Amino acid sequence: MARVGVQTAAFDLGSEAAALLAGRSDIGGLGCFVGTVRDSAAGRPIAAMTLEHYPGMTERAMAAIAAEAEARWALLGCTLIHRVGRLRPGEPIVLVLAAAAHRAAALEATGFLIDWLKTAAPFWKKESFADGGEAWVAARATDDEAAARWRAGAVTPAR
Amino acid sequence: MTAAEAPPLRLLYFAWLRERVGRAEEQVALPDGVATVGALRAWLCSRGPGFAAALAPDLPVRCAVNQDFAGPDAPVAPGDEVAFFPPVTGG
Repeated sequence: MARVGVQTAAFDLGSEAAALLAGRSDIGGLGCFVGTVRDSAAGRPIAAMTLEHYPGMTERAMAAIAAEAEARWALLGCTLIHRVGRLRPGEPIVLVLAAAAHRAAALEATGFLIDWLKTAAPFWKKESFADGGEAWVAARATDDEAAARWRAGAVTPAR
Repeated sequence: MTAAEAPPLRLLYFAWLRERVGRAEEQVALPDGVATVGALRAWLCSRGPGFAAALAPDLPVRCAVNQDFAGPDAPVAPGDEVAFFPPVTGG
């Protein structure tokens, strides 16, 4: 059963990894992705990023994405944590952990989870620039393409 | 069931749609003849300039009905929770 959460507080990578591995000796690999706030967008310095979500639907969508990963790969643990609220450059936004008996499944599932999280969970980012301007981040075609490659069956899940 | 007895729709707006319509949520009676997401969006557009600026047909708008993603042909019924929002940008 995956651990899924939306929170304003920072998460701690070490303690989340330790919690997932605690008491387990069947896990052979732990895949990890941490998304962080960049300090600029197209060369324009950023002061902060504000993340909004759809309470209720977001958690359901994250649980469904984790369940899809668990159906495709033989995962022995999965953690998805996404922050909301106002974040500064360098701060962590999102954590993906996927544990499996072997590294291929752990790493593939980690890639799948972050690609789908970016395109199938209701979160929205607004950039606040150092010059005082603000803009909602537009969805990127490259993110849709990254998610679509998992849909197209191009990757045969490693077990 | 008459219109007076039908439970209202709960409408939610997120991100720049919320800013343009000027509210995060509201309750409205489902208008006669509106039975799909697409028809609801078109009706909302007619409610004023803020709604048109948020929901005009050429804008990239996504929808969820009762917290599941829903296309323009998805049915909408009294009592539903219907959310309109931009394409998602998390992660």
